[in-house]
Amino acid sequence: MSPMARTAPVPAATDPAIIRNFCIIAHIDHGKSTLADRMLQFTGVVQSRDMKAQYLDRMDIERERGITIKSQAVRMPWERDGVSYALNMIDTPGHVDFTYEVSRSLAACEGAILLVDAAQGIEAQTLANLYLAMENNLTIIPVLNKIDLPAAQPDKYAAELASLIGGEPEDVLRVSGKTGDGVEALLDKIVHDLPAPIGDPNAPARAMIFDSVYDTYRGVVTYVRVVDGMLHPRERIQMMSTRATHELLEIGVSSPEPTPSKGLGVGEVGYLITGVKDVRQSKVGDTVTNLAKPAATSLPGYADAKPMVFSGLYPLDGADYPVLRDALEKLMLNDAALVYEPETSAALGFGFRVGFLGLLHLEITRERLEREYKLDLISTAPNVEYEVTLEDKKIVQVTNPSEYPTGKVAEVREPMVSATILAPNEFVGAIMELCQSRRGVMGGMDYLSEDRVEIRYRLPLAEIVFDFFDILKSRTRGYGSLDWKADGEQVADLVKVDIMLQGEQVDAFSAITHREKAYAYGVMMTGKLRELIPRQQFEVPIQAAIGSRIIARESIRAIRKDVLAKCYGGDITRKRKLLEKQKEGKKRMKMVGRVEVPQEAFIAALTTDESKDKAKK
Amino acid sequence: MPSVLPLGDPAPANGQLPAQVLEGVADRAFGLYVHIPFCAVRCGYCDFNTYTATELGGGASQDAYGGTAESEIAFAARALTESGLPPRRLGTVFFGGGTPTLLPAEDLAGILAAAVQAWGLEPGAEVSTEANPDSVTAESLRVLKDAGFTRVSFGMQSAVPHVLKVLDRTHRPERVPQAVQWAREAGLAVSLDLIYGTPGESMADWEESVRTALSYEPDHISAYALIIEDGTKLAAQMRRGEVPPIDDDDHAAKYKLADQLISEAGFAWYEVSNWSRGENQECRHNLAYWRGDDWWGIGPGAHSHVGGVRWWNVKHPSAYAGRLAAGDSPAAGRETLDPETRNVERVLLESRLSSGIAIGTLGSGRTAIAGLIADGLIEPASAFAGQLVLTLRGRLLADAVVRRILPD
Ligand SMILES: Nc1nc2c(ncn2[C@@H]2O[C@H](COP(=O)(O)OP(=O)(O)OP(=O)(O)O)[C@@H](O)[C@H]2O)c(=O)[nH]1
Ligand SMILES: C[S@@+](CC[C@H](N)C(=O)[O-])C[C@H]1O[C@@H](n2cnc3c(N)ncnc32)[C@H](O)[C@@H]1O
Ligand code: SF4
Ligand SMILES: [Mg+2]
Repeated sequence: MSPMARTAPVPAATDPAIIRNFCIIAHIDHGKSTLADRMLQFTGVVQSRDMKAQYLDRMDIERERGITIKSQAVRMPWERDGVSYALNMIDTPGHVDFTYEVSRSLAACEGAILLVDAAQGIEAQTLANLYLAMENNLTIIPVLNKIDLPAAQPDKYAAELASLIGGEPEDVLRVSGKTGDGVEALLDKIVHDLPAPIGDPNAPARAMIFDSVYDTYRGVVTYVRVVDGMLHPRERIQMMSTRATHELLEIGVSSPEPTPSKGLGVGEVGYLITGVKDVRQSKVGDTVTNLAKPAATSLPGYADAKPMVFSGLYPLDGADYPVLRDALEKLMLNDAALVYEPETSAALGFGFRVGFLGLLHLEITRERLEREYKLDLISTAPNVEYEVTLEDKKIVQVTNPSEYPTGKVAEVREPMVSATILAPNEFVGAIMELCQSRRGVMGGMDYLSEDRVEIRYRLPLAEIVFDFFDILKSRTRGYGSLDWKADGEQVADLVKVDIMLQGEQVDAFSAITHREKAYAYGVMMTGKLRELIPRQQFEVPIQAAIGSRIIARESIRAIRKDVLAKCYGGDITRKRKLLEKQKEGKKRMKMVGRVEVPQEAFIAALTTDESKDKAKK
Repeated sequence: MPSVLPLGDPAPANGQLPAQVLEGVADRAFGLYVHIPFCAVRCGYCDFNTYTATELGGGASQDAYGGTAESEIAFAARALTESGLPPRRLGTVFFGGGTPTLLPAEDLAGILAAAVQAWGLEPGAEVSTEANPDSVTAESLRVLKDAGFTRVSFGMQSAVPHVLKVLDRTHRPERVPQAVQWAREAGLAVSLDLIYGTPGESMADWEESVRTALSYEPDHISAYALIIEDGTKLAAQMRRGEVPPIDDDDHAAKYKLADQLISEAGFAWYEVSNWSRGENQECRHNLAYWRGDDWWGIGPGAHSHVGGVRWWNVKHPSAYAGRLAAGDSPAAGRETLDPETRNVERVLLESRLSSGIAIGTLGSGRTAIAGLIADGLIEPASAFAGQLVLTLRGRLLADAVVRRILPD
């Protein structure tokens, strides 16, 4: 067993041979952040008394939800056979919405710990992240976690894992992030098994940006992995894609608090501060070089994260629009995956159409806007992006149903995904039925072990991104897991369903659906609105229509009584307060034609049951 | 009196009023409300400030109540004078409850005498009391008449036994004509209170109640929609599903039926819930509330209004008696209305009257008039003559009308 390192290798003076760069990857909740905690503790970079669970999950929202959203890199010393090594560990998120964070982290590493919950076994993101790591040619250390759990079946899952990676079950390490059991052996194995980074110390500096975060006090903090050469404080650096130059105000390593250093050399992972205020000037995937001695070719970058679902965000109080605009701008500094543009809705006023990686991303963004900027927001029903080709061959990208062209439509294309579902084999029938009802086409099926299957489907994104996972979970009694990635597009029979109140179309309620599901949407939405909109002084018909064809209708009967008729004696104050309350309520109404629609009705109508309870996937 | 008091500013212990109450005092009538916080039993729908115990502790008992009320009258007379208000005679006096007639008629007579001594009565003053049909006798009504009462308002509520039962009313229906008869013989004007929309009340039940009430030939009828007040027994029964929920459409239909039957019998509406057999029979004390006149409310939980200052007394009879015994104002809180709020109240109150509200005083609310006429909510002819008067449909939607004519 190795002792805690007595001396830590000094940044900028560390031989690449004693550096090990790795990330921890796993399915959501398999214990990455908890394992990271033990490593922080055993290597001595966090004192036991300062330790708290999931130390690296620093955002409030991460702590409340118990999930990791942003990757975190930490430098830790570890001694083996009398040699002090420098380990750079990156804890990654497990949720499918944040897969792009994982792929960025992988590019900074030579190895990956593939962590599997010993009570759950291999799940969909285990596979997805494993394949990502293999594509990046990383050395993989398979590890079973949570062996302290009574329900753990380490022998069974060690065999499963070994057969997946190609190795012997005995080679699969067994640890408990909770008790710390096996973690020191794991640190030793990291030192022993993972290759040291290779680079040319004398070549012009090249460092890969794998993360870029805006910090109110320090401006943009850029996380890099140095591949060749060396970066020093005070020198001028250049971003190779934009040619923009900056002065390196500070350079250092996170351990886990930012610690300035004399520089970063080959194989080292750390951060840079240049004083820029906009993360887009320090783009993830870009290469940093030295202005005085620039590199000729940049490192291969990675593709930008592509938004998958779109939703309109509107302030409840129209006067908050500028606050929302500033808030989105600030959030975007920290979240390169966020895209938005202004839009107007006849019903909701001024707002933004925002693109997200998935529903969790949407929900977290919305929650942060509400919490950190004290905004009350309405978000419209999320939808995917469609490509509509008109008969005159004009092509329109539709991210908002109300932009759906009114002209003659030749063809509509919708985004597709390839999905991988892992589940015990008894649920194969139920899963196939579900996928078929979602217009899926089966791509194949493999047995990962005797009783666990991997089923692959190609499905429309719109069919899986909302409620699919919840239904999958319930049909597989919680055992099914899902992973998906974008996979082109297809032509489909899609229509736009409009909702009308008293003949006035309400743009916020329009939806693009498959023709076969249009009727169900119409019935659902008109029914919901009938419940949610209070009675008015006149009857209000609610209709759902495709073009001019009405497919569903409901109506709200006229209100016949709206008066307090009781003897209150001389208590006029009470009467007036009631009126004031009613007037307050009226202020929160949005007018659709002559119909007063309470904002709560908008919120409730737009809150799909499936967009609740989404925290965990 | 509603069971929950409003939140307001503290009221001074000496009852002193701010100088603003002097403004326009000559144009305002002055009245007295006397709250009697006792009932024989509490009805399941009722959240008025009333108690069934004869002995409440802290010097508060039914026996001692008359004396306590008289001490507030003395306090009131002094506070008004010390606030610089000119002496005014009472135009109206109203004894409400609770069940005022649960106290001996002599006690009520004594309170009235104290008020008359303090302020005097206008010639032709209206002096009313509420009464439960089973808490009066021919004799007690005669005593009231002799003491100066002019009017009695009976809580009839319904003529149908199963409805009275849901309402927890203890009187037998036959008791009402009897009581009305006695009141007539004593020379008192008679009003009947009805409640519509009680769970389980059919349209035929309601029609029977209205027709029965009319057959007693009262001078005045009030018909109130049953309100399910928080904290009442009826609210709990409804929550538990023991009685069916209130249906606004049923209320609307019953109001229309009542208006039709009562009008056919020769009455005219003068406030949303009130009809009288002629202008002389309107309840002037109630009108004073709607018109923003001045009145002092005697008794626990009673509300008062003088020149844009509203206040309300502490709720419990013991606390109330304690304050007065210490020589302090029994007020729990008060509010001094700014001009804007006074205007809101004026619109809220006056629009409910058949005399209506002058459109010229509505400011930006005038822009709503055309729409209100188009929607059939106000009388077009009156509107052209400059007065906003609700139609039958408008009375049923009166709160919506008010929201439309008030500035945002
Ligand atoms: N019993 C036991 N529980 C563990 C162990 N490791 C983690 N957990 C629990 O598993 C849950 C998830 O742990 P995390 O460390 O947040 O998992 P994660 O993989 O980082 O999750 P994401 O970042 O959201 O993907 C928490 O409730 C942990 O307390 C372990 O070794 N034993
Ligand atoms: C102050 S109460 C008291 C009168 C008297 N104690 C009685 O009940 O006969 C005056 C009238 O208000 C009405 N009322 C009381 N509570 C009500 C409620 N919850 N809903 C509607 N009207 C109510 C009744 O018609 C009652 O007669
Ligand atoms: S008698 Fe009148 S005041 Fe007394 S409880 Fe019944 S309704 Fe309320
Ligand atoms: Mg985590």
